This record gives sequence, structure tokens and C-alpha cells, in this order.
Amino acid sequence: MPVNSTHYLFLSLLLFSIGIMGTLMRRNAIIIFMCIELMLNAVNLLLVAFSRIYGDADAQLFVFFIMVVAAAEVAVGLAIIVMMYRKVHSVDINILNRLKH
Amino acid sequence: MGNFSQFVWLVPLFPLIGFLINGLFWKRMPKTLGGIIGCVAILASFCISVGLFLEVRSAVAPIPPVVLFEFLHSGSLNIPFAFQVDALSTLFLLIITGIGFLIHVYSTSYMGHDEGMVKYFAYLNLFVFSMLLLVLGANYLIMFIGWEGVGLCSYLLIGFWFKNRDYTNAAKKAFVMNRIGDLGFLVGMLLVLVNYGTLSYNEFFGQLHNPQVVMPQATMSWIALCFFIGATGKSAQIPLYTWLPDAMAGPTPVSALIHAATMVTAGIYMIARSNALYTLTPMILHVVAVIGLATAILAATIAVRQYDIKKVLAYSTVSQLGFMFLALGVGAYTTAVFHVMTHAFFKALLFLGSGSVIHAMGGEQDIRKMGGLGKHMRITQVTFLVGCLAISGIPGFSGFFSKDAILSAAFGHDPILYVLALLAAMMTAYYMFRLYILTFTGSFRGTEEQHHHLHESPAAMTLPLVVLAILSVVGGYVGLPEVMSEHNAIDTFLSSVVTNADVHHLAPGTEWMLMGISVVAVVIMIAIAWSVNRKPKFVENKGLAKVLENKWYVDELYESVIVRPLQALSGVLDKYAERRGIDGFVNGIGKSVKWGGDKLRLLQSGQVGFYIFVMVLGIVVLFALSFFVIK
Repeated sequence: MPVNSTHYLFLSLLLFSIGIMGTLMRRNAIIIFMCIELMLNAVNLLLVAFSRIYGDADAQLFVFFIMVVAAAEVAVGLAIIVMMYRKVHSVDINILNRLKH
Repeated sequence: MGNFSQFVWLVPLFPLIGFLINGLFWKRMPKTLGGIIGCVAILASFCISVGLFLEVRSAVAPIPPVVLFEFLHSGSLNIPFAFQVDALSTLFLLIITGIGFLIHVYSTSYMGHDEGMVKYFAYLNLFVFSMLLLVLGANYLIMFIGWEGVGLCSYLLIGFWFKNRDYTNAAKKAFVMNRIGDLGFLVGMLLVLVNYGTLSYNEFFGQLHNPQVVMPQATMSWIALCFFIGATGKSAQIPLYTWLPDAMAGPTPVSALIHAATMVTAGIYMIARSNALYTLTPMILHVVAVIGLATAILAATIAVRQYDIKKVLAYSTVSQLGFMFLALGVGAYTTAVFHVMTHAFFKALLFLGSGSVIHAMGGEQDIRKMGGLGKHMRITQVTFLVGCLAISGIPGFSGFFSKDAILSAAFGHDPILYVLALLAAMMTAYYMFRLYILTFTGSFRGTEEQHHHLHESPAAMTLPLVVLAILSVVGGYVGLPEVMSEHNAIDTFLSSVVTNADVHHLAPGTEWMLMGISVVAVVIMIAIAWSVNRKPKFVENKGLAKVLENKWYVDELYESVIVRPLQALSGVLDKYAERRGIDGFVNGIGKSVKWGGDKLRLLQSGQVGFYIFVMVLGIVVLFALSFFVIK
């Protein structure tokens, strides 16, 4: 089966859905974080695919931006998770609902 | 005297100043000083009133209204704050300030032990101020201000001893009853304004006399009727009279000043002032006469069986006011004013006398527990006797002349009115002498302690009594009947403002005969009173007497016909319209907001996973929207 552009789109959709499901279902903050990254990269893949389909390099420019932003976000997100672990000795996000009380 | 009338504003100013001083500083003011301020204020007003009276008497042309300032100005309507200086108003000024001063002096002693004495004088001055506004105003609006003012003071003074629940209820009753009448006055005033475009007496009466201004009879009758309703409230006529006997809850000098001598005559003043209107509406005038006569008889029958010294006098006041309305109703306006004057003298005297008795009895008002007081308080006894003779209409005393004038005017109008009025006059003689005999003659029926306490009142109280007694005797000679004298001073004096409309001139023989009949009838009634009450036996009243003692059950009737249904209606409205309707609506809004908040709160669970789920859901929904709906 020859691989064409449409397959990339379905792969991107699959990765994004896995990311959403993981974010919704898991309680471990690090896993959730990884799933978010997965979603971002699914979008990156989508953009690159579209770039290829339309023969336009603009989308690739966005991909680089997203990578940079994702790197920065990882730094902040991991720092938050580390702080959370120091405070409550757990990375289970259900513990965080205690903030409301 | 020149332009002395320009200073008319001083007359109400002095009592106002007295009220302000006493009213603002009553907590710190020494009692004596408060009393002096109150008396001096009225005395100053009296002096100026005398000056005004002399000026009016010597004036050739009518004095124009004294305009102080522009009061209401709206579009074409312009109502100035103006005072009317003429014969009618100055006569009332003299009565109000003169008798008012005597009663102020009396009060310094009577109220001397009361903790609220300074406040009392403040109210009293405010009352005199309002009453002066009422009679001085040159238009109906100023009169209305005074009219409301005296109603307020009446309320304040009836409920002066406000710690007693009954007294405050009596005050409320008086206020509400007066308000019903006031509404009539107000509607009448608005009718005048709408139809004639003015409230000023001179312009209004000018238009009434102007043949070019044609008004339908019905309009004028409605105005006259509305004014009369106002008068029935203030002057205690059927059907609004029941507040006056209850008003006796106030201190006795107040009863004398407000509820006998001055305020209650406001209705008479208003109708006498509006005589031009009433002369044009004979039908309403007839109503006035019938109501007046009915009140005179009804109140007199009640007075016959009352045991409270002040209640007897109160019903006698209602009855005498009925006489005055009868006089107005038969068109004898000056006669009514004449009776106002003589009545002010002898009724103030009688009330102050009863105050002196109550003072000596230590607050006891039941005449069944009195008797033989004459031995202990000679001055009070003699002056009270003078008052009784005057009100009964014994020749030589003032009441004779005024009452006889009313009776002969009634005879000239319709002999049936005369007969009924004579009946009321006979009852007057009976109950007044019943009161006198039970109080001052015979032997004492109270407790031993009260007997020791009996004493003549101090000079501050007896002096006004003596002055009023003299006035009660000589006051009648200003209005001698036609057959006795060519010159009737009071008719001549008032002729510039008000004259007796279509008075039937009776033949001298008829008039002498009428006088003779009434004198004989009155003397017979006094004799009956003497023989019945000389050795009183107080048994429980049965039959008609019991009905009379209970005032024909009028209060109960009003209670069941008006008050109860009104309360029931209010109760229903309170339960359904107020609590369920309005309260339910307002509370319902609050409850629904609270309920909504409670439900919405559940969304904020704090579960991060849930938030993300909702976010994703939102994204999906937006995506679907953008994909399927918004193309």
C-alpha cells in the first residue's frame, strides 16, 4: 500500500486522540504532560503534512515556533510538577482538588 | 392707626417663636420659663389682634389681603401666602388669642406637676399658630395648612400622656376621623381650583357673584358638599363626631381650648367664610341644617346619661356645634358666628371648671363619686354655675341671646326645625344642671382620702375662670335680638364679610313668644333636673337609658360596619397579596438565584480531569459548530 499524504493526516488524528484520551484518563501528572506533548506533536505532524500537500513552507515555520514554545512549556510544566511533588509527595492530580477547600 | 394691618404677620409669628423655643429646648428648659414663654407669646398675639380689630372696626373700605410672599407659582396658577384681615378673621383672632391666653395661664398651674410641661406649651403654641393661620389665610390653601396643623396638634395633645394605651388610641381615632373629613375639604379645594382657577376668597366669591361666570348648579353643590364633609370632620358632626368625646383623654385645658373653644369651630368658620357659595346652593344648606340638628339632638340625648364629667361636656360641645350648623343651614351665618363666640366663652369656662374639679379630686372624673364640692371650692362652683346658666340659655346670660337667635332663625325657616332645636335646648339645660347638681351639691360620695384632699384651685386657675365667667355673662350683649335693641353690634360688625341670608323677620310678638316658650321650657327642665338628681340613686341603667349610656352604640356600630370589615380585608390582603404575592415574588427571585448557584457550583469540582474533559468537549462542540452550522 503506497503511503500518500492522507495517511499522515490520519496518523496525526490518531496521535491527537491518544493524547486527549491520555490527558483525560490518567491521573499521573507526568503522563498527562507527555500526552499534551503528544498532542502538540500531532499538530506539528499535521502542519508538516499540509505543507507538503499544498507545497507551501509557511506551515513549517509554525512547526519551529511550536517546538520552541513546547520546549519552554516543558521547562515550566516540569518545574510545576517537581514543586507539586515536593509539597504533597505525589504527582496524582486528584490531590490538587484540595485547593478548593 | 393707619396701616396697622400690615403687621398682621406678627400675630401668628409670636406663637411660632414660642413653639420653636419651647419645642427645641424642652428638655433643658425650666418649667416656669416654658410656661412664661408660652403665655407671653399668646399675649403678644392678643395685643396685636386687638389693634387689628380696632382697625377693622374703624376702616371705611375693606382692607385688601396682606400678601407676604409668593407661595405657589406654577403656570397660570399663582397662590400667594396672604392674610385676610377683615371682620370675620379678626373676631376669630380675638377669640383664639384671648381665650387661648387665659387657658395658657390656667395651664401653668394645671400642668405644673407634669414632667412634659414645656413640651405641652410647645404643642399649645403650635396649635394657636396653626389656628391663626387657619382663620387668617386669604385663600383656601393657607386655611388648609392651618386646618392640617390643628389636626396634628389635636393628635399630639390628645395623646399627650402617651404612656396610656387608651389615650394614644383616642389620639389616633381623632386623627383618622379628621383625615376623612380633610379629604372632603381637599377634594372641594381641587374642584374650586379646576372650575374657577383660583383659591383666593376674594376672587372665588367675586366669580360666584359675577353673572358672566356661569357654573352648573351641580358643580357648586359638589364643592359645597365637599367643604361640608371637611367641616363635619373638624367640627364633630354626624357621621364623624365620635372622635370628640374620646378626645377628652387629653389634659383638660386642651379639651377647653381645642375641643371646645377653637379648633372645632373651624368648620363653622369655613362655612361662614364660604357663605357666598352656600347661599347659591340651598340644597346643601338644607343638608347642613339637618345634619346639624340631628347632631344636636343625638349628642344631647347621649349627654343625659354620661357619668364622666368631661364626657358630658364633650357631648354638650358636639350638641352646641350642631346648633351652630343648624344656624348656618338656615342661612343665619352671623348668628352661628355669634354662637361660636359665646360658646367659646362658656364652654371654655365649663371645661376649665371641670379641670379645677378634677384637680381637686386628684384625677377622678366620675360624677357619681363627687357631690357637695361647692362647700370646698366656692369660686369654681359659682363660675361653673354661671357657665351652666349661660349654656342653658337663661335670660341675661350670653348663651340666651345666641341660642335664642338660632331658635328664632330656625323658626323663621321651618317651625319643625324650631321644635326639634328647642327639644335639644331643653335637654341641654337638663344635662348641664344634672352635672352641676351631682358635682357641687348634696353630700360627698367619694373616698375619705379624696374628701381630705378637696381644696380650691390656685389663683392661676381661678382667675381665668372668673374672667371667663364675666365674659359668659356680658358676651351676649353684643348681639341683642331685634326686639330688644335697634343695634345688633355683631351683625353690624360682620356685615362687611357675611350677612344673614334671607332671614325671615319675625313679628315682634312672635319673637317675644318664642323667647318666652324657650325660657319656660328651660326653667322646667332645670326644675326636673333638680328634683331627679338632688338625691341621686345610681342603679344600673336599663332599656333606653342603657342605650344612651352606651352612646347609642355608635362606636360599636362603626366598629362592626367599618373597622372590622376593613381589618378583615386588610388581613386577607396581608395574607395573600402581601405575603404570598409580593413577598413570594421577591423571595422567589432570591430563592431561584440561590438554587441556580447551588447547581452551578457543582461544576467547579476542583477535579482537573473534569476541567480538561469539559474543555475538550467545548472544543469538539465548537468544531462541530464551525463545521456543520457556520459555513
